[in-house]
Amino acid sequence: MPKQISGRALRGHALMDGLLRSLTRISALTVLVVLGGVIVSLIDGSLPALRAFGLGFVTSETWNPVKDVYGAAPAIYGTLITSLIAMVIGIPVSIGIAIFITELCPVWLKRPISTAIELLAGIPSIIYGIWGLFTFAPLLQRHLQPFLIHAFARAPLLSHLFAGPPYGIGLFTAGLILSIMVLPFITSITRDVFEAVPPMLKEAAYGLGCTTWEVVRKVVLPYTRAGVIGGIMLGLGRALGETMAVTFVIGNAHRISASILAPGTTISASIANEFTEASSNLYTSALIALGLILFVITFIVLAAARFLLLRMERKAGV
Amino acid sequence: MRLIKRAWLGGIAAAVTLAFVSSALAADISGAGATFPYPVYSKWADAYKKETGIGLNYQSIGSGGGIKQIEARTVTFGASDAPLKPDDLAKNGLVQWPQIIGGVVPVANLKGIKPGELRIDGPALAKIYLGEITRWNDPVLARLNPQVKLPDMPILVVHRSDGSGTTFNFSNYLSAVSPEWNDKVGTGTALEWPVGVGAKGNEAVASMTIQTNGGIGYVEYAYVVQNHMTYMRMINKDGHTVAPTAESFQAAAANADWKNAPGYYLILGNQPGKASWPIAAASFILVHRQVGDAVAVHQALKFFDWSFRKGQKMAEALDYVPMPANVVKLIETTTWSQEIKDKAGNPVWK
Repeated sequence: MPKQISGRALRGHALMDGLLRSLTRISALTVLVVLGGVIVSLIDGSLPALRAFGLGFVTSETWNPVKDVYGAAPAIYGTLITSLIAMVIGIPVSIGIAIFITELCPVWLKRPISTAIELLAGIPSIIYGIWGLFTFAPLLQRHLQPFLIHAFARAPLLSHLFAGPPYGIGLFTAGLILSIMVLPFITSITRDVFEAVPPMLKEAAYGLGCTTWEVVRKVVLPYTRAGVIGGIMLGLGRALGETMAVTFVIGNAHRISASILAPGTTISASIANEFTEASSNLYTSALIALGLILFVITFIVLAAARFLLLRMERKAGV
Repeated sequence: MRLIKRAWLGGIAAAVTLAFVSSALAADISGAGATFPYPVYSKWADAYKKETGIGLNYQSIGSGGGIKQIEARTVTFGASDAPLKPDDLAKNGLVQWPQIIGGVVPVANLKGIKPGELRIDGPALAKIYLGEITRWNDPVLARLNPQVKLPDMPILVVHRSDGSGTTFNFSNYLSAVSPEWNDKVGTGTALEWPVGVGAKGNEAVASMTIQTNGGIGYVEYAYVVQNHMTYMRMINKDGHTVAPTAESFQAAAANADWKNAPGYYLILGNQPGKASWPIAAASFILVHRQVGDAVAVHQALKFFDWSFRKGQKMAEALDYVPMPANVVKLIETTTWSQEIKDKAGNPVWK
């Protein structure tokens, strides 16, 4: 005979469910409240600078704390260029690692490589910065940069891109460090989604006589593109906002140079460098306005990623 | 049984923590500001706590932050590497005095050149940082260093990227000796640098210079000593060549006319005197003229008085220069006992 559920137990369940619902709802709302608060205070803090310089704040290259004149163009430029370098190097390498782990790697090697990548993600960014400044930058200065400058000296456009004295630090070095830092993010997510591809699909493709490359190209990547793009976006978000490591190796110069070997600055590096000693109100406000611009850039990047995904899905007819 | 034991231990731990926190809150002197004097302030604080049981809670968040916090009255004293102008002092009801002296030293890295072998003067240094002298074998540098064979190499300029009192004192000196620098760049804790790479903090400027053959930078003297850096001798205002030493910093401070500087607004750069180092720098303490908490301020003054008297050896061990005795007397007898008052108008320091 089925046992009767007592009314008390039922009421207890209802109470628990209600509690769960309101707790989770509060958690979700907290995110919105915090985000809203951040936006409001960023806008409020940057008003004086935006009022003083207008739209010229975004396009001006001057950054002069002595005369209290500020422009964000070098910082915006540096942020975008370093992230671009990080992505150009980081995406292919990460996806390559993920493909190797999921498709080609002998079983005994899988664990060590995966663990190594997860450990990379656990290294604090200040360590990357110090390592970059003391170990990586001198190496670049002595070997890679003179080679690049020499190799492209005669090439028409590239000679400008790789020009100037080899400082060892600069936009290029910052981009390289960032590419190492985004590696674990993109790799671990792409590896996870690659592993989620149903074996049937892959086996069917192999059965038809596909090469490994064809299976990856035609089966794995199309099946997982949403996840892969998600991983890339996570990495890009990290690259755009990374502060400490970049501050150490970028050279911190508010200038726009044609050469990617030249020193530059990023939005977050400028804020980290200058906020403590920013004495005038306009100075502080200009730095907060930089933060607002970074916020907007991140938002645009995320929105663009969503849009891209949407279009790809429509094209694929899903 | 075990539960009870654990509860007991927890209770004891909580009580101990509470007692510790409350005693710390009651007794600690609170201050915030400049990073340059932080090592010596914390060493003083350590010794002072051992002697008196009163600790110091000093946040080295930078001079700008220190000024903001003392204006907002969230700390008992603020600390700044750049003195506030008398007008700003009056506007915010603040008093300031110099507490410790250090020196900013130009450093270079050229293969085969030993510390002190190179010599430079203010105008040439300004030209390098303006980007007008770009190679080490420039005739100007060759004339200053006739006995050294300077290489045909680009000069790689290194400067601070974070706002700092070091930069303030360095740029203030360049403004004093080079009208062009004063015109184009000026004086400040952060600047629009015409050339070079920026490094965060004295450590990073030092390491960038050490790593870069052909590099030039400027750091606090303590970093020169710690890293055995190739410092440059300088030609001072009187035309004498001096090396950066505690004696040459002290000479600059001794020659400075603190007595006739309202609010101690005096920058130790480019001081006269045969032995004066041209880029000496004092670091300042700020308190309110009319204090909110007279007990706390009195405690802070007692600490600074103790530092003036007993902290000299400690300061010298860290390559700082203590304030000369006559200046200490001036500070204590005029500023402290005449200008800092409690709400009833009685002097806080007696």
